Amino acid sequence: MQRPAPRSAPGPLRDIAVVAFAQTDHRRTSDELSEVEMLMPVLHQVLAQTGLKTSDIGFTCSGSTDYLAGRAFSFTMALDGVGAWPPISESHVEMDGAWALYEAWTKLLTGDADTALVYAYGKSSPGSIRDVLTRQLDPYYVAPLWPDSVALAALQAQALIDAGDTDEPALAAVATRSRTAATDNSHAQLRGSVPRGEYAVRPLRTGDCPPIGDGAAAVILAAGERARELCERPAWIRGIDHRIEAHGLGVRDLTDSPSTRLAAERAGLFERPVDTAELHAPFSSQEVVLRKALRLGDGVDVNPSGGALAANPVMAAGLIRIGEAADRIRRGHSDRALAHATSGPCLQQNLVAVLEGDPR
Amino acid sequence: MAVVGIGQTKHVAARRDVSIAGLVREAAQRALADAELTWADIDAVVIGKAPDFFEGVMMPELYLADALGAVGKPMLRVHTAGSVGGSTALVATNLVAGRVHGTVLTLAYEKQSESNAMWGLSLPIPFQQPLLAGAGGFFAPHVRAYMRRTGAPDTVGSLVAYKDRRNALKNPYAHLHEHDITLEKVQASPMLWDPIRYSETCPSSDGACAMVLTDRAGAARSPRPAAWMHGGAMRSEPTLFAGKDFVSPQAGKDCAADVYRQAGIADPRRDIDAVEMYVPFSWYEPMWLENLGFADEGEGWKLTESGVTELDGDLPVNMSGGVLSTNPIGASGMIRFAEAALQVRGQAGEHQVEGARRVLGHAYGGGSQFFSMWLVGAEPPTS
Repeated sequence: MQRPAPRSAPGPLRDIAVVAFAQTDHRRTSDELSEVEMLMPVLHQVLAQTGLKTSDIGFTCSGSTDYLAGRAFSFTMALDGVGAWPPISESHVEMDGAWALYEAWTKLLTGDADTALVYAYGKSSPGSIRDVLTRQLDPYYVAPLWPDSVALAALQAQALIDAGDTDEPALAAVATRSRTAATDNSHAQLRGSVPRGEYAVRPLRTGDCPPIGDGAAAVILAAGERARELCERPAWIRGIDHRIEAHGLGVRDLTDSPSTRLAAERAGLFERPVDTAELHAPFSSQEVVLRKALRLGDGVDVNPSGGALAANPVMAAGLIRIGEAADRIRRGHSDRALAHATSGPCLQQNLVAVLEGDPR
Repeated sequence: MAVVGIGQTKHVAARRDVSIAGLVREAAQRALADAELTWADIDAVVIGKAPDFFEGVMMPELYLADALGAVGKPMLRVHTAGSVGGSTALVATNLVAGRVHGTVLTLAYEKQSESNAMWGLSLPIPFQQPLLAGAGGFFAPHVRAYMRRTGAPDTVGSLVAYKDRRNALKNPYAHLHEHDITLEKVQASPMLWDPIRYSETCPSSDGACAMVLTDRAGAARSPRPAAWMHGGAMRSEPTLFAGKDFVSPQAGKDCAADVYRQAGIADPRRDIDAVEMYVPFSWYEPMWLENLGFADEGEGWKLTESGVTELDGDLPVNMSGGVLSTNPIGASGMIRFAEAALQVRGQAGEHQVEGARRVLGHAYGGGSQFFSMWLVGAEPPTS
C-alpha cells in the first residue's frame, strides 16, 4: 500500500479511514426544522452504521457558518444535539465540513483519538444565499459593491470560454450528465431532466447553477484496526491536503486552479489513477477548471452522485463529496477515488482527499 | 511541539490606522521576527476568531489569505466561541504533533471597533431566548451562585480587578493602562450586573496575537529559547441542561485533568508555577482556581484574598493583566497561551515571574461550555 507524498515533516502516519457516512435528503426549504432537528437524524444514522455511541467517539469536529444561521455562536446549539455529556473532546471550523474532517484527521494522526465524528450543516433557505456570500469578500473594497456568487462564477465561466476551454453547450452537457447521474441518488435535490433555463448571469444559465437548499451530513473516521472493526471495507485516506489562493480575482488566472493541483500533488493523487472523482463544483464551468487541474481522463467516473449541481447544501457539500467517494469504496464500486471540496469565490480554496479500499 | 515566535499588537479600543488585514499582519510579522523566520518558512496557517458578526465579515480567512502569506499554503479557520484563541493554537499544534507540517503560523484576532459586539451577540432568533443583557448578564447569576455556595466575602472580586489592572501596567501590549488605579476606585465603580462592577469587567479591544509553532528540528534552530508543550486539551459540554454546574463545569475539570495527565502534573498547586487564566469578570479567578484544581471546592477565594495570585505571590495568575485588561475576544484565549509561553521562555519583561518553568494557559467560551488549555514548559518533554 502506498503512503502519501512526503511532507515537510515526514513521520509515522497512521492509517485513517472513513467508516460511515450519512446525509439528509437535501431540500429547497426546511422551514419546519431547526438546524439541530435537521442534523439529528444524520447523527443517529452515522452512529448506527458503526454501532458507536456519542460517548465512544474520541474526537468530534463540525463545520458550519453563523452567516447562514443569522446568529452568533450558532454551532453551540448543534453541539447540544450531539449530546455532549459527559463532556467530549470537540472542535469547530467556520468552514465546510471537509475542513472539519481535515482537522479530525490531524487529531487522529497525533494518536490522541482512534475515532472521530465529523458533521456539517447549512440552511440557505431563510435568506438570500447570493447576497449572504458577498459578505465573504474583502470588506473594504469589494463587499460594499455586493458582487454576488453567481456573477463571480459567470466571470470565471466567461474567462474559460474566452480561453477556448469550453463553450455553452459543453457546460450544458456537464449539468445534464450530473443531474442524470443524480437520478440514482435519493438524497439529491435536482434530478433527471432539468432545463438549461434562462441566463442567470451570462454566460451561466440557471441550469449551470447549483440548486439552493438545506442539508446536513456526517462522517465517522477511525484509525487502523479500529476502522476494520467498524466497517467491512473502510475507505482509507491515503492523502489529504488543502491550499488557498489569493483573494483578489484580479490577481488570479480564473481558468486554472493551482491550489487544487498542489493539494492533489500533496495528497498523492497523481501517483496512480483514480476510478472515481467527487468534485465540489457548484457551477458547471468549475468542473472544467477542476478536471484540468486534476488531470482527470475520460475513464474517470466524475460525480456519480450528481455532485453539487444536484444538491449544494452550503458548508456540507464538500464533506458530502468525501462521504460519497467513501461510500463508493465501501460498497465496492470504487478502489481508488478522489474527493474535492472548495471554499470562497471562484474556487479560491480547495481540498483534495485520495481514498482507497483494501486490494481485492 | 515548541513555540519559537510570539507576536502581539498593542491592544487598544480602536485601531483606526489599520484594516483587519493590517492588524493581523502586524502580529504575524512580530511572531516571525521573534522566531527569526520569514513567510517562506511557514508551511500552514491556522487562524481563529470569535463570531464573524463581530466584524461583519463572513469566513474572513478567505480575505486574509494574502495578508498572512497563506497563498499556496493550507489555511484553516477555527471557531469555538470565546475559547477559540486557545483551540486555534491546539489545532495548529496537532499539525506539528501529527507530523503533517514542520512549522505553522497560528493567529487569532478581533477588531471589535469595526462593528458592535453587543449587536453581534443579540441578533433576534425565533424560539430562542435572547441574550439582551450581554455576556455580563449571563454570567452574573453564576458569580452570585459561587458567592452563596462558598461564603466568599463580596470584596474578593475587586481584589482580582485591582491586581490584574496593576499587572497590566507592566505589560506594554495591554489595552488598559490605568496608572491611577486604586482598590477604592474599583470598589466605587458603578454596579453593572450585580455583583459585577464596571471595573471588574473586561474592555472591548482591537488586537491580534500570533505564534510560530514548530517541531524539535525547528526548535533546535530557534535563536531564542522555545516554550515546549507538555499537554493540551479541549473539552465541550452542552450550553443548557438540568445537570450543568455553571459555577464549576465538568468540561473544565475534565480538560484540566487531561492536560495534567499528559504533562505528568500530580499536584497543580505545587507543580505549576503560574497561570494565564481566562477571567473576563473578576470573580472567575477564584471560580477557575477551584475548577482547575489549584484549590479545593469553596477555597479558591481564599487563595485570591491571601495574595497567592499576586505577581509576587506563590501562584501568580494573569501576570499580563489578563482578559480584564485586554479583550480582543477571538484573540483572548491565544494571548493566554502565548503569555504562558513567554513566561517559560523568560521573555515576559516586567511581568516576568522569576523561575517560571511550567505555566498553564487557559481559555473558555460559550455559556462556560467550551474549554481549551495547554501547559508549556521551559524544557522539552521527556517522552
